Formats: sequence, structure tokens, C-alpha cells
Amino acid sequence: MESSQADINREIEAAAQTPGGPQPKIDYAPYRSSILRHPKQPAQPIDPESVELWAPVFGHRDVADDEADLTIQHAGSPIGERIVVTGRVLDGDGRPVAGQLVEVWQANAAGRYRHQRDQHPAPHDPNFTGVGRMLTGPDGTYRFQTIKPGPYPWRNHINAWRPAHIHFSVFGTDFTQRLITQMYFPGDPLFALDPIYQSITDPKARELLIAQYDHDVTTPEWSTGYRWDIVLTGTHRTPLESDVEEEAA
Amino acid sequence: MSAVPGQTVGPFFHLGLEYDRMNELVPPGHPKAVRLHGHVYDGHGNPVPDAVLEIWQADSQGHIPRQAGSLRRDGWTFTGWGRAATDPDGHYQFATLEPGATEAGKAPFFAVTVFARGLLDRLFTRAYLPDDESALAADTLLGAVDPARRSTLIVTREPGGLVFDVHLQGDAETVFLAYPRLRDAWA
Repeated sequence: MESSQADINREIEAAAQTPGGPQPKIDYAPYRSSILRHPKQPAQPIDPESVELWAPVFGHRDVADDEADLTIQHAGSPIGERIVVTGRVLDGDGRPVAGQLVEVWQANAAGRYRHQRDQHPAPHDPNFTGVGRMLTGPDGTYRFQTIKPGPYPWRNHINAWRPAHIHFSVFGTDFTQRLITQMYFPGDPLFALDPIYQSITDPKARELLIAQYDHDVTTPEWSTGYRWDIVLTGTHRTPLESDVEEEAA
Repeated sequence: MSAVPGQTVGPFFHLGLEYDRMNELVPPGHPKAVRLHGHVYDGHGNPVPDAVLEIWQADSQGHIPRQAGSLRRDGWTFTGWGRAATDPDGHYQFATLEPGATEAGKAPFFAVTVFARGLLDRLFTRAYLPDDESALAADTLLGAVDPARRSTLIVTREPGGLVFDVHLQGDAETVFLAYPRLRDAWA
């Protein structure tokens, strides 16, 4: 039998009683698709070696500057609330991750993804694909312009809705820092009801996924602005002078 | 500083993550190209049709690539990194080179990252080449894991290819890794 939101809420509340760490619980039954897709054996602790101490290199040949503007990919302007999202990618010791790849993807303003599997009967926007790429600057800054995504329904349980979010894929300076996550918007009424967001049972940790509205990023008569910093896990390797040169190149 | 938590890649990752030749670290016609492929399975042994694997590796000489160009491949530069999504049968494949040992006596491996719908955070593992028995016997990781599960970390050779299956759960569950600075992820 399909669960109701009330069933899911009870499960979320029960799971919150066992304190979790700062990362999502991968064994988190309120997110139904996770049940058969999480390892049950504890992960094997290991010190990173060899290639694990390095990350792949991306550069300007990989990413064009205009890929950071999701509003100019078609003949017309997309419908919705134009926004700029910016922040810094930092390692666990606060050092900027420079010259590294950030990929983003999202639903349109109506909550519809341009993807065959999204059958939510909300309109596609012929002027919006919802995909962007960029490289971080020397101080770790990324920045892109887009349309604020809408919330959308999914089939985890009856009347399930995801809070509005943008998917982020981020690389660090070590392979071990690889991160894919979701950025949320402040004050979303769906936070308490969403098992994906609530799978991070430490409230302080999950709030790290919420961008802040920043009026200094907002531009007059054009777009509102959000700021979201992405802190990765620590590096294992002592940074070398050559890294800095490489990243600046 | 507190690390930002991960979240699932979701069902629509193809939109943001797919690009042309993402799984071709070398062109399939390259004289040294090898096919690294396999299936991703869930806890019931069913294929996972919406997973993404990324590999990161040394070149044939054991050098760690420091070259850009993984997103716009020029057909000549070996960048050491690639991405593959599983198909409706849960199958993925890469065209790549066999990695060399990065240090004498070390067992060469592909570093592997796994993402999927239903998987709330990414998983790390290694896929070792099967050939150098003394290097495998001396390997720190392989020495630390339960001998019964060691084979989940070692690719199988077939003509023209290397097979590496990933079991997210179940009797044949793949050994996944926790590096020291992210062990909190497994609370």
C-alpha cells in the first residue's frame, strides 16, 4: 500500500531520534528508493593513495563562459524569476578550490525537468533547458544566472513534493572530495516533509544546503541574488606550489 | 569547517551530467583501448538503470594525468577521467587504457565513484587489475578487507575487456571505502 505524507512524517520523526552524522543516512527508508540501493556493510576505512590524492583537471577548453548563463541558451528568455547564484568552493581547511568544475541542473519555473522521465504535467519552457557548467575562479568563486526552479511532485508516497532545488556536482583538489548534492532556497515550506532533505538528520548539517538571499548579489531591475558556499571535506595531500600555478593557468 | 552534505543524484541526472564521449577516455579504436564494463545491481540482484559511475586513473605508464579536456575530448589527450551512466539493463561501459602502477610494486587500480537515484550519497571504491599477484597480495586495502569480499574489488579479464560489476547491496555487496576525513559520512 502506498504511504501517505503522515506515514512518511512519522518515519522521518522516528529516524531523527537516532542521531546521525553530518552526512545523509544512506539507510533511510522514508526515501523508498534507497531501501535496496544502500550498502549494508560498513565502509572500509582506508588512507587514500595514488590517484585518490589527486583530482581530474578541467580547464577553459572544457567549459565555455556562456555555459554559466542558463537564461541565454535559446532564442527567447525563459519564464520565471531570474536569479543569480554565487558562492565559493572551499576545502575543509577553508582553502579555495580554484579552477575546478561545477555542474548544475534543475527544473524550470513550473517544476518540470527537460527529461523524458519527468512526466509531471507542468509545461516545458522552450527557452529553458536547465543545465549549466562553470569553473571556479582563483578564490574558489562560482557564479551563474538562471531561473528559480519550482517545486515538483514525485512518487515516493501519495502527494509527495520536493522542495525547490538546484543539483550541484563539484570536484575538489583530491578525488576523495567528489560531491554531488542539492542546493535549496530559504524558507521552503516543504523542508519538513521531504525525506531526501531530512535524510540528513543533523539540523545544522542540512541547513548547510540552504542558500541565503543576498541583496548585494541582487541587481537593480534585473535579478535577485542568492549566496551559497560549498565546503568540501579536507584534503589529504599537502598543496604544492605547482597546484597553485596549475589552477591559475 | 563543516563539509556540505551530499544528496542523491536523483532520476534526472542525465540532463546535467551527460555529454558527448564522456565514457571514452580514449577512442574505442585506439590500439591500446580496453573496454571496462559491467552492471550495477541492487539488493535484490536487479539491475540499476539510473546509476552513474566515474573513473579516475593513471595512464598506462602509471603517470597521473594533469591534463584538462575530459568534457571536450580531442581524441589524443589522455585525461584519466570519465563518466558513464547505466543503460536500461543496468550496464555501463568505458573505453580506456589499463592503468599502470603509480609506484613500483603497487597494484594498479581505477578509482571509482558511484551515484544513483535512491543512493543518498556517493560511494567510493576501487577496481584493481587482476594480473600482478604479488602486488595484489601486498596491497593495504586488499589486505584489510574480509578475504571473502576481496574479489568485489578486482576486475575480471575477458577477451578485449575488463569486467567490474557493482553490487550496491546483498550477498555480493561491493566493498566501498571511507577515507579518513569523511568517515563521519557513515554514522
